Amino acid sequence: MEAPMEQEGTLQDSRFEEPPSGQNQVAPGDSPNVELRSLDTLWFQVGGTVCNLACSHCFISCSPTNHTHEFMTLAQVETHLAEAEALGVKEYYFTGGEPFLNPEMEDILEVTLRRGPATVLTNGLLLDNKRCQRLATLARSAEYSLDLRISIDGYSAEANDPIRGEGTFERILAGASRAASAGLNPVMTVTEVHRDNVTDDGRQRFFKVLRTRGIERPRLKILPVFQIGAEAERTGVYESWQQLAENDVPEGGWDHLQCSTSRMVTDQGVWVCPILVNEPLGRMGQSLADTLGSFPLNHQACWTCHVHGVSCRT
Amino acid sequence: MSHRIPEDSQRKKRRNEAVANIDKLTAHRGMATWGETLVPLGDFQRAARRSGRQLTASERRAAVQRYLEPRSDETAIEGPFSRIAVFGGIYNNSFALRALLDETQTRRVDAVYCLGDLGGFGPNPEDVWPLLEQGSVKSIQGNYEESLATGREDCNCGYADPRDNHFAEVSYSYTARNCSSEFKRWMGSLPKRRRVRVGQRELLLIHGSPRRINEFMFFSATSVPFLEILLDQERCDGILCTHTGLYWHRQLPSGRDVVNVGVIGRPANDGRTEVWYSVLSDEGERLRVEFIPLAYDHPALAKAMRREKLPEEFVETIVSGWWTTCLEILPARERAVSRF
Ligand code: SF4
Ligand code: SF4
Repeated sequence: MEAPMEQEGTLQDSRFEEPPSGQNQVAPGDSPNVELRSLDTLWFQVGGTVCNLACSHCFISCSPTNHTHEFMTLAQVETHLAEAEALGVKEYYFTGGEPFLNPEMEDILEVTLRRGPATVLTNGLLLDNKRCQRLATLARSAEYSLDLRISIDGYSAEANDPIRGEGTFERILAGASRAASAGLNPVMTVTEVHRDNVTDDGRQRFFKVLRTRGIERPRLKILPVFQIGAEAERTGVYESWQQLAENDVPEGGWDHLQCSTSRMVTDQGVWVCPILVNEPLGRMGQSLADTLGSFPLNHQACWTCHVHGVSCRT
Repeated sequence: MSHRIPEDSQRKKRRNEAVANIDKLTAHRGMATWGETLVPLGDFQRAARRSGRQLTASERRAAVQRYLEPRSDETAIEGPFSRIAVFGGIYNNSFALRALLDETQTRRVDAVYCLGDLGGFGPNPEDVWPLLEQGSVKSIQGNYEESLATGREDCNCGYADPRDNHFAEVSYSYTARNCSSEFKRWMGSLPKRRRVRVGQRELLLIHGSPRRINEFMFFSATSVPFLEILLDQERCDGILCTHTGLYWHRQLPSGRDVVNVGVIGRPANDGRTEVWYSVLSDEGERLRVEFIPLAYDHPALAKAMRREKLPEEFVETIVSGWWTTCLEILPARERAVSRF
């Protein structure tokens, strides 16, 4: 679906009349601009904002009824894959919401894996035996890697369940161990919601838990929390000083930011990065070719990216 | 007699919570989340559609063309050769380097190239330098040389996992401590890329990728279109890289080649104690790429590493052929075949 051309000029000029009165909004003023250095990673918001959970820290507030972004169809994904190949994209990431709620997800992965490596970010609840088998077969027969990342938010039910929902700790681990026994060795991703999650001690304890579930070579990746979306309701919004100014350009440039090497495709077009999909101003265009320019770091989430050097890669 | 089944308290708690949650679960009906605020879905979609650029077809073509523009590279071309030996990642393993130089003499190669990362992991960094000079090895800088020569505090290997980073720090600080400033200066004088002609083909030699000295190019994680475009942009017929420690070769649909030449500093995570290097020869129509296992005195290396009190995890890799560190950076496929 092509959007009518309503605005000329750069992204910084595009202002809309009435932004809702939330916080963490795009701050006006002088922000540094980040060039797209190379489009290495293409993300797909393939599960939209629809999720079978409604985690209290979800930075895009996903839930069963959140249709801000819809599932992407196989055809939509294929269109963007073709475009991505012409631009020399190196790898593909799939997220949501929960990608496996999308009825076409396995077909999407099959098609993608013929063309490049794929990583799926999932909450693990829908990893039943049948799906794990199918994914493992796909992974074995493809020449590219299929990486699975499963989110969990603590090393015990007491830590995880208040955030992800009652009973989810056990269900997530059950999904992870089914994946592992099918031969898919998933990476567990944990956010910094609890101090415990980042300590060495906490990690060791978690590795132990995973081993008892039959995951012999446990893998763990820790991600920072973005104070936006549901997380902002849980712990509060950013402080006003937590934003980037024009002269904040670090010595090594902006290479550590995802917006310098990736873009995010949703059912509604191409966004600058996987973090700002719930900001209409994060949309850069309809086709990847529209989005090869620079983007102003004028959102407070950019502050988190910068300070934590977030890279969502495995 | 009838029994009253006591209500499962767990279940009751769950039901109460589910009821409390219902608001959260249904709040989005017809609404979109704009940041933290709920707005009618249509408002979000309209605002999104207005945002960004919508180029015309010809503007898009021009944008893509600009993006794909070839890079200018004034690097002089060496050769032509009909056969070269290429390796990477010495990681202070002078034992393997000595064995390699002996072996290449009998393989009738025209030149020997090293793609960088002379240090790290192994013992006694200075031992490598005279061997490279005696063997007339032509080297480029890896991230190790760049870091040592510029006095960086870390090796810039590009790991993300804390355990991997810990071991990277141990090996970098050991190497930095044990390298003379002359050696570091020499490292800094090495070029970062070379261009070599093998037969009719012009090959670009870099450490990680043509774009980043520490970019990991794994077989299963670099798409063919990505490689084709790198070759277009660099205007060459082949790329030779290292950095990951795992060798591979892809002949692309265009007939060009990308080769990760492997490393001689430690085994290829395959349960064998040999290390691997590459021999490339001109066969007219195609570039012949051979990966050659190199046996060397690895027990002597293990002994020297223990003498220098390097981590036992490193020694284990040398004697078992399995990696014990740097594992978290591996893509699923490469990780699946590894022991740890
Ligand atoms: S954090 Fe992940 S699992 Fe939780 S609601 Fe958001 S998308 Fe769903
Ligand atoms: S949120 Fe992060 S990745 Fe997105 S535009 Fe801001 S800095 Fe870049």
